[in-house]
Amino acid sequence: MRIPIEQFRLDNGLLVALSQDKTAPIVAVNLWYHVGSANERAGRTGFAHLFEHMLFQGSANVGANEHFELIQRAGGTLNGSTWLERTNYFETVPSNQLALALWLESDRMGALLPAMTQTKLDTQRDVVKNERRWSVDNQPYGTWWEKLPELAYPDWHPFHHSLIGSMEDLEAASLEDVEQFFRTYYTPDNAVLSIAGDFEIEEAKALIYRYFGSIPKGGGKPPLERIDLPPKFGEQLRLVVEDDVSLARIYMAFRSPVFGSDEYYPASVCGAILGMRRGSRLYRSLVREKQIAADASAFTFDLAKGSDILVADVTALPDTSPDQLEAEVGREIDKLATDGVTADEVARAVALIETDMTTAMQSAGDRADRISMFATLLGDPGLVNIQADRYRGVTAAQVNAFASDRLGKDNRATLLYVPRPKQSGDGSTELLEVAAP
Amino acid sequence: MTTSVRPLPGPPREYHFPRFERHVLDNGLNVIVAPVRKLPVVSVAAVIDAGALHDPAGLEGLAELTALSLREGTTLRDGVKLALDLEMLGTSVEAGARWDNTIASMTVLTDRLLPAFEIFAEVLLSPAFHEDDIVRLKAERLAERMQVMAEPRGLADESFDRFVYAADSRYAEPMSGTTGSISRITRENVAEFYRDNHVPGATTLIIVGDVSVSEGWKLAESVFGGWSGSKTELSREADRPARSDRSVRIISRPDAAQSELRIGHRGIPRSHPEYFNVTVMNAVLGGLFSSRINLNLREKHGYTYGASSYYDWRRQAGPFVISTAVQSEVTGEAIAETLREIERMQTEEIGPEELTLATSYLEGVFPIRYETTASIASALAILETYRLPENYYDTYRAMIAGVTTADVLQAARRFVEAEKLQVLVVGNPELVRTPVEALGIGPVSVGEPVDP
Repeated sequence: MRIPIEQFRLDNGLLVALSQDKTAPIVAVNLWYHVGSANERAGRTGFAHLFEHMLFQGSANVGANEHFELIQRAGGTLNGSTWLERTNYFETVPSNQLALALWLESDRMGALLPAMTQTKLDTQRDVVKNERRWSVDNQPYGTWWEKLPELAYPDWHPFHHSLIGSMEDLEAASLEDVEQFFRTYYTPDNAVLSIAGDFEIEEAKALIYRYFGSIPKGGGKPPLERIDLPPKFGEQLRLVVEDDVSLARIYMAFRSPVFGSDEYYPASVCGAILGMRRGSRLYRSLVREKQIAADASAFTFDLAKGSDILVADVTALPDTSPDQLEAEVGREIDKLATDGVTADEVARAVALIETDMTTAMQSAGDRADRISMFATLLGDPGLVNIQADRYRGVTAAQVNAFASDRLGKDNRATLLYVPRPKQSGDGSTELLEVAAP
Repeated sequence: MTTSVRPLPGPPREYHFPRFERHVLDNGLNVIVAPVRKLPVVSVAAVIDAGALHDPAGLEGLAELTALSLREGTTLRDGVKLALDLEMLGTSVEAGARWDNTIASMTVLTDRLLPAFEIFAEVLLSPAFHEDDIVRLKAERLAERMQVMAEPRGLADESFDRFVYAADSRYAEPMSGTTGSISRITRENVAEFYRDNHVPGATTLIIVGDVSVSEGWKLAESVFGGWSGSKTELSREADRPARSDRSVRIISRPDAAQSELRIGHRGIPRSHPEYFNVTVMNAVLGGLFSSRINLNLREKHGYTYGASSYYDWRRQAGPFVISTAVQSEVTGEAIAETLREIERMQTEEIGPEELTLATSYLEGVFPIRYETTASIASALAILETYRLPENYYDTYRAMIAGVTTADVLQAARRFVEAEKLQVLVVGNPELVRTPVEALGIGPVSVGEPVDP
């Protein structure tokens, strides 16, 4: 299945991708800025995400929170999100409201700073601190998504530090930081604009030129230095965390090929064989047969630079000790690395991935988001149309080559959550760093 | 550099909810087919009138466990083979019970529909219910119970229901059961629940996507035609409130990094004639990002990452809930601000701009909600479960548009019962108790999480 894509670039460097589908009167506008937590400077962890919040606080011609109000009043949905390598903003609206969505995005890309105030920054800082409490501090295992990158990437690496940020760094963020970040990263030449759904190509182009054409090109962003890593950790990394959880859980990460590379597809299929749905290795072995786990899955972070990670995530049953959990997951990984996979396992994984990719294309918002992803991370929106072929081309031999190379003991970072003993004191999180066994 | 001229919308393009046709097989199975020829994708859902309200007293969670057991193997293939055979076709069957139904569903690419559909039918018609699979599923459910008790959001939702509803009302207990009730369920209970409730006369089969009506009917007839069984109706009062005065309950989590807050009371059933007025009123109060409660608690005060309100629509009166998580130190202020917003909703009519924000949002997002075959199948499942009029989705936007500011005021006065509000906090009592008592809302009690 192919979707139509027309792409072009404005003089100011903005890359535009259009994908028409008139089956419903809906259109999605999707902007990816090629900046994420990886671009934060020292002492400003969490800033890229805090900045995402500030983009909803108005711009030269839009009041605070008016972006939300105007889109909802138009009958649309919207949001934004921040990841290590990118930040995205998106609206899905009735197709007769395309101009509104484009105008709103252009106003904040072209003229955000006049609307920025200390009060708005202070309020959003409080909101983000509460987001941190809600999603990290007050959630069982909530710290995993900062602890795992901390363990899996060296402390000098751009992917090492917390995406949501520390309370101290959030506290330190200033209006000057907002201005500098905006001028450096929120420029048309560092962004991709995708439109998917019901629109007329020429009308959309005219609107894009009108609203985005005069926004000046940026002065270039500083490159991410020292992002490349060796293909393997070269040792076993391990961190044990006692936490307010009732069941032990393990996250076992493997350095893996970056998103979109030739080697990525066998790695992704290997992840699906390991942990996608109930027919996967981990689920069948640990949940169904040995009955030591409550759930099991595997996924990749989909990072396009430096090094990606493939993560196996398994939650124990109450009677399973953390050691047993770790040993059994290790055994499954060993088996896969040593004995390899079958052609049927590859076929199962590819069939599931193919269905997911096709069904995602039903939604204009998902369609636009994937186009933006390929355009931003790999420079070509059209790659969305060859993904199924890339997956269908994966062979068991390729998966086995990946598994024997990358799933060995010299390429594992293990984050193990252990239930805290009931009567232990003040509730502060104890960390036990344990040497590699 | 940028233009200050705000663009106006063009003329809207017409939209209608996908056409669907209905056909009843001789065995009573209701079949709905909705052709949607956008992509080579088909979603299938079996909606069975066997929700958690059908759980026998003391065996709460039986509907859910029965639904989950469907996927554990049939008389023709064991659980592993079942999962693998479906997954080789790029799909899997999801199954679960809600308050008012059990739904089994799958989404598959058109060229694999036939073999997948046969297995889907096998799952519904010939489950094996092996003893060891049920024992394992129970262990997984009990582990899930431990997770809920350790997770503040789920614990708050569950504790709120337990606080609001009378102890002998089904809605007081979690939909999927408690540690005690799940432990009591046997294989025989599951088999019996299946026999009594999973029957063609109580099931609607929904097929949405890249198929024609006649293909859909033929498919249904060919594999479900031989299914038999009849159903015994039951009705059990599930929604009696625990008390009629305001009161506050603190569930103690001394290490909590935040207070999970739930404020509300017993709401109204889905069949209530004021449904549309209440829906618009709730959108203004707490149903949207730009709603009063979120703008106040999040954007004005920075107390929270988000605050919202909803009516949990069920056949009987599910709860009306305002839900948020706030910094522990401002728990009292957050409750006070919420009560202020409720009072404002009940004393002054909202302005026309605020009304149209809610109504044009609800009208506008209507087509966006139904972009996928799976979401259309879910909409049809709601239509069936709540016995909504056949033209419900064709008239939805007109019904929303018909709501007036006077309707909203009246709905806020009748269906938000300020004098009956129940407040539940999952948080640190040392930080929370005194400021909450100082609000003078009603009696304040502190307790531990319970999982009978």
